[in-house]
Amino acid sequence: MLAALFRYSSQLLDGLAITLVVAVASFITSFAAAIILAPIAAYGSPVLQRSIAIYVGLIRGLPELVVILLIFYGGTVLLSGAFGEYVEVDALTAGIVALSVVAAAYLVETLRGALLSVPPGQWEGALSLGIRKRRVFLSVILPQMMIRALPGLGNQWLITLKDSALVSVVGLEELMRKSGIAAGATHQPLAFYLAAAGLYISVTAFSTLIGKAFDARLSIHQTER
Amino acid sequence: MSYDLLTSAAFAIQKGLLLTLTITFSSFFLGQILTLPVAIALVSRSWWLRSIAKFYTFCLRGSPLLVQLFVVYYGLGQIDAIRHSVFWPIVRSATYCSIFAIGINSAAYCAEVLAGAIRNLPKGQWEASDSLGLSRFARLSKITLPQAYRAIFPSISNELILVMKSSTLASAVTVVEMTGAARIFVAKSYAPFEPFLIVGLAYLTIGAALGFLGKRIERRLMIPAR
Repeated sequence: MLAALFRYSSQLLDGLAITLVVAVASFITSFAAAIILAPIAAYGSPVLQRSIAIYVGLIRGLPELVVILLIFYGGTVLLSGAFGEYVEVDALTAGIVALSVVAAAYLVETLRGALLSVPPGQWEGALSLGIRKRRVFLSVILPQMMIRALPGLGNQWLITLKDSALVSVVGLEELMRKSGIAAGATHQPLAFYLAAAGLYISVTAFSTLIGKAFDARLSIHQTER
Repeated sequence: MSYDLLTSAAFAIQKGLLLTLTITFSSFFLGQILTLPVAIALVSRSWWLRSIAKFYTFCLRGSPLLVQLFVVYYGLGQIDAIRHSVFWPIVRSATYCSIFAIGINSAAYCAEVLAGAIRNLPKGQWEASDSLGLSRFARLSKITLPQAYRAIFPSISNELILVMKSSTLASAVTVVEMTGAARIFVAKSYAPFEPFLIVGLAYLTIGAALGFLGKRIERRLMIPAR
């Protein structure tokens, strides 16, 4: 059992690298989208607020796997139709797009909540000092919003990391799929799936530790009061 | 998108509806049954019980449900002791494995929530029940749990919707529930939009119905003027 694990260890680590690429890329993309959408969801026109609420509601109700399947299979058909020739959406792109679409919905909610919890006095104080609105948002509101959003962000990172396993269903050779291939070749499914679980758990445990250290560092101002 | 495809896709998918609902409710109930002992162990005074429960929730919340499902479905069958035990008919069936894997996963998340609610109860509740001379069991069943469960009811009804969403993973281990039926339909027809849109709509509808039901029950359970 250990010999088989050892023989396929480089394969598993390759898979882990792809898993991390998918998770990190999706997390960054969704974060970028959410940071643009969150102010709109908090202060935008009613129509815009309503459309973001519908988007969030839809994603909350849809299973992640269905979103991945829809984007992977549907994306190929849609793009082929649009360009008039066969365009295949590869599993990596489809996976990153799908996970980003899902994570962005949850992150918008997290960031919107954090944004609204910054006391309005912060806006008023900064504006009364004659700082321009844009500047106030970037230098005064945004940093305070990020501190409040940090636990939610960390949580979403863990969820996206775990959701990335679902992309194996459409054939992406990340950790899950690599373990499956090794399990099939060696007839040792228990060893390889447990190894995969162990690798996921180490990444989540490591992320949690980093998150805690980061949180402690950023909330120094709160403990000093 | 064509009308013919929509109707035939809908017909194929509705055959999986019953299985989706079965997996959802069975794994939810299994999860809730397991939640209670795990949560009590998490707040127990014994270091051993606490550590074992903590290890359980750490592992199940730290790895993807899909891995856990594969360990249960493909992995457990590899152990001879299980192949020759009474559990074999259960471990052999992909549906039972899915229910089991989703159930133990849901229990890990819910146990942490329930344990949190128990820890958050005001200390006076324990002091009062001790001063009344209640036994530990009476304190748990009459004082602690009714309050803790009321506090977490919204997350329990939300968990039912999360479990429904997780039930789609069963399609990865050959179970033909709604998502599985849609995938088979796509493989046959090369038309991905219609089946996945219908499946998505079905999950949204079931989720909305469950959410509505949860809100109704929540209103019943709430203690007025609190």
